[in-house]
Amino acid sequence: MSIKLFELLLQASIYTVTISVVSILIGFAIAILLSGMLLSGRSLFVRPAQIFISFFRGVPLLVQLLLIYNLLPVIGINVPSVVAAIIGLSLCTAAYQAENLRGGFASVPLGLVESAEMVGLTPRQVFRRIKVPIALRLTFPALVNEAILILKASSLVSVVGIVELTRMAQDLAGSTFLPLQIFASAGLIYLMINWLVALAGGMIENRLPGVPR
Amino acid sequence: MTFDINVIIGQWPAIVSGAGVTIMIWILGTIAAAIIGFLMAVARQYGGMLVDKALGAIVAVLRGTPFLIQIFLVYYGGPFVGLDLDPLPAGLIGISVYGAAYFSEIFRSGFQAVPKGHIEAGECVGLTRRQIVWRILLPEMTMLVLPPSVNMVVILMKETAVLSIITVPELTATLSAIGSQQYAFVEALSVLALFYWVLVELTGWLGNLAETKLSRFRFFNA
Repeated sequence: MSIKLFELLLQASIYTVTISVVSILIGFAIAILLSGMLLSGRSLFVRPAQIFISFFRGVPLLVQLLLIYNLLPVIGINVPSVVAAIIGLSLCTAAYQAENLRGGFASVPLGLVESAEMVGLTPRQVFRRIKVPIALRLTFPALVNEAILILKASSLVSVVGIVELTRMAQDLAGSTFLPLQIFASAGLIYLMINWLVALAGGMIENRLPGVPR
Repeated sequence: MTFDINVIIGQWPAIVSGAGVTIMIWILGTIAAAIIGFLMAVARQYGGMLVDKALGAIVAVLRGTPFLIQIFLVYYGGPFVGLDLDPLPAGLIGISVYGAAYFSEIFRSGFQAVPKGHIEAGECVGLTRRQIVWRILLPEMTMLVLPPSVNMVVILMKETAVLSIITVPELTATLSAIGSQQYAFVEALSVLALFYWVLVELTGWLGNLAETKLSRFRFFNA
């Protein structure tokens, strides 16, 4: 296998990383909304959020992607397939991230909240300066984990015709008759990306302000 | 837009067959993955440092790469090393090996988490080695590995859908084909989503039930 082929795979992996990062960020925004709904304690908000989370965690991502990809044109929304893919990945990761965030907020030590109230912080200040930073700190490792899962899951958007790393590997394997080398190389690139994400995640985690356990 | 579910229902023999293949792959793949994973965990625990390092590297590769790439490697790469498999066996091997990597980690943490004091206490009151394994080690370990195992069983259920890409005749492939023949993609895929949703929820519910029933073996307050 030539260097040229490996370069093509590397170029395609930029697509993989871009789609994953965009999906994680959009998913995080939706997750904040969902976890807010879950924590509101009002069944009007809690129930829809629970159903959303249960659906997107209970149905395979591939099925979600196929459904969104085929459903959008039918209901009159014509978007490029890459947008459909990002919508699918974002909704799926939002469901998982919402659960993480809910767990994070639930794990904020009560004593810290009470002492903040004691020294006269307003509820708004308690939320912004105590609850949010601690919950984010607690859920950060799970977020890094989720990023790695989405990087791997993004291989599935190849089925809707987006030429990211997996689709490029498929095309090259077909045209060069070197499937072993090509797919092994693609696997190696995924492994490298995930290793870098884990490494960067660990470094950032060490710099985040600590939380008493 | 017309949503005509009858078009899909009319194809029920093919759907039942596809669902059967999905469930078969799921159950066989899960059992194989759990057994291989258990053996890997035992080998890593008692096989010496070299075995531990080698298996650790394999687990890292299997957990760090997408399942789809692994399947492509087996199905399209296999024939180049004399492993010419039909889609179904290739898919079964793929899902078993993929699942085994995760199960081995689950079992490994299970082995390591049973407190030494419990085993020593068993020895102190004069239990035999066999009694210690059956009455202390295994029950305590079961409680530890049950929740992540149920999680893994659910994940493997969902991964079966990916096998449609290498044309395993499971439910996703079946319903996609029906959807394109009948121009009823949304209907077919909705049935598919519903099938997985119900099955996954049911599995999670059964897992919770098992956890409650076995909670008398729980030795920690969590």
